[in-house]
Amino acid sequence: MTTTTRTPSTGAPGDGPAQRQPRLLSGSLPRFAPPAVLVAAALVSAGVLAALGAFSWPGTAVLTALLYLVAIVIASTAAENARKAKDRLVTGVVYICFALAMLPLLSLLSTVLINGLERLDGYFLTVSMNGVTPSMDAGGVYHAIVGTVAITLLAALISIPIGLFTAIYLVEYGKGRLAKAITFFVDVMTGIPSIVAGLFVVALWMMVFGPGETNGAAGAVSLAVLMIPVVVRSSEEMLRLVPNELREASYALGVPKWLTIVKVVLPTAIAGLTTGIMLALARVIGETAPLVLTAGSSAVAINWNLFDGQMMSLPVFIYAQVRMGGAINMERAWAAALTLIVIVMLLFLAARLISRFFAPKLGR
Amino acid sequence: MAKRIDVSGLHVYYGDFLAVEDVSMTIEPRSVTAFIGSSGCGKSTFLRTLNRMHEVTPGARVEGKVMLDDMDIYGPDVDPVQVRREIGMVFQKANPFPTMSIYDNVIAGAKLNNKRLSKAQADEIVERSLRGANLWEEVKDRLNKPGAGLSGGQQQRLCIARATAVEPTVLLMDEPCSALDPISTLAIEDLIHKLKENYTIVIVTHNMQQAARVSDQTAFFNLAGTGKPGKLIEMDETNKIFTKPEKQETENYITGRFG
Repeated sequence: MTTTTRTPSTGAPGDGPAQRQPRLLSGSLPRFAPPAVLVAAALVSAGVLAALGAFSWPGTAVLTALLYLVAIVIASTAAENARKAKDRLVTGVVYICFALAMLPLLSLLSTVLINGLERLDGYFLTVSMNGVTPSMDAGGVYHAIVGTVAITLLAALISIPIGLFTAIYLVEYGKGRLAKAITFFVDVMTGIPSIVAGLFVVALWMMVFGPGETNGAAGAVSLAVLMIPVVVRSSEEMLRLVPNELREASYALGVPKWLTIVKVVLPTAIAGLTTGIMLALARVIGETAPLVLTAGSSAVAINWNLFDGQMMSLPVFIYAQVRMGGAINMERAWAAALTLIVIVMLLFLAARLISRFFAPKLGR
Repeated sequence: MAKRIDVSGLHVYYGDFLAVEDVSMTIEPRSVTAFIGSSGCGKSTFLRTLNRMHEVTPGARVEGKVMLDDMDIYGPDVDPVQVRREIGMVFQKANPFPTMSIYDNVIAGAKLNNKRLSKAQADEIVERSLRGANLWEEVKDRLNKPGAGLSGGQQQRLCIARATAVEPTVLLMDEPCSALDPISTLAIEDLIHKLKENYTIVIVTHNMQQAARVSDQTAFFNLAGTGKPGKLIEMDETNKIFTKPEKQETENYITGRFG
């Protein structure tokens, strides 16, 4: 133990004449104290609950957390001082909150992994449900992957240019009423429930193509309606982060405004822009309701054509399988859920790689 | 190459607010002109009107005339982009482009304008500009490293190299040394002396010793009070301004008895 470490028995700070002049010194708990207290708290809680005949994991966890907070505050007040005790209390609370936040996430991931891995294999990923009756031990999710990828790509193709150009307008050109109105309506659009976006496209398709027309493109448009405001918002924030000095430096070199935007502003913000766009994509890739309405929910065959016929997608596939309710259907739904999560994780990974690749380098 | 600037009856407004009132002056070619004055008296604002950079600020406008040799830069058919190619600018805070290497920063003027340069031409411009900015020896082995990785003083000299690489006729400097240590400041002052042979240089500075050291002409700006527009009080040979200025206000300012 170090010399600054004092146990309660040798006296609290300010105790005795020797303590008076070195006010800068105060006791400190050894570094292993918090984990040791935590382990002790866990053992005590488990023991107490077992003795009462009421042992359960969640009960032990709750009791451990409370015991730990009480014990660490008492130990710290005794060995250190009130400020450090407060610090340890708040640190403990923060860790507990973090654990609480992680709990559902971990539970969700593990459940999906455990249930999904049963059926997720090469066969499942590479065959469709064409000719498979719902309770047959066959069939896969290939047609839904195709649909998800195609619909999301088209949605991205529609919403990235519109969103990005809107953001550029708002940051670089927009002033006065028009810009304010656009900002307002983008905010309103962010709050549109996804089912309403689906209904909007259904109505639009009904008007333009007549009743009963469901296809992938309709799904993509409904996703784009949801995605555009998110892209505008995130891109706007990123473009505003580009320092004005860089724009001025470019103007001062006799570079026109549009070239300044294309060659200075966008490259400087590219890392943030791609991250924002990827997040928007990840947000819409799991949408179910608008796709049920617009792209249909009964396609079983592989359909690459966005403009002809129903198109299955992963979220809708999960929904449809769960609706059928058989054991095999549930297995398919879990496996499809796992596939969707993996696709989203790949998207995030790509976003991180892209932003690292493009981020301005300091090169020190 | 260097050109004369003739300003007559220039008023600068931000929206309805008159920021600088009725400035007339002549800036001689191949000389250094310093603008001094307290903060907020409009010297930077006035400097930015000399290459129409103030127009970047929404609502800013001017009345009056600024002649570059025999061309009115506020004439009806004048393109501000062309004006800025002619009149370069160095800012208070060094602002190299963070996405570009040292090399690309220097030829940014050509690159951003989509001008095609052969490798040899580009190399030539980079070396000449960096030598001109007294930076070549320090960075010649790491031209492909990012410009943002240099020290503050080096970054500022990189910005000067970038501004001179497009071969302007006039170079405006807005407090180029205010964030630099004395040694970097000295390096930049030496550079200003050297650049004077080819350029018309206008420098805004808060440092009166610096104005006395580098400039041939000095202009003193002041404002009558808060909310009032800034004015050109006096402009003369630097020697004269610092030894026997004509106006009492100028004397008060340079002797530190500023009211």
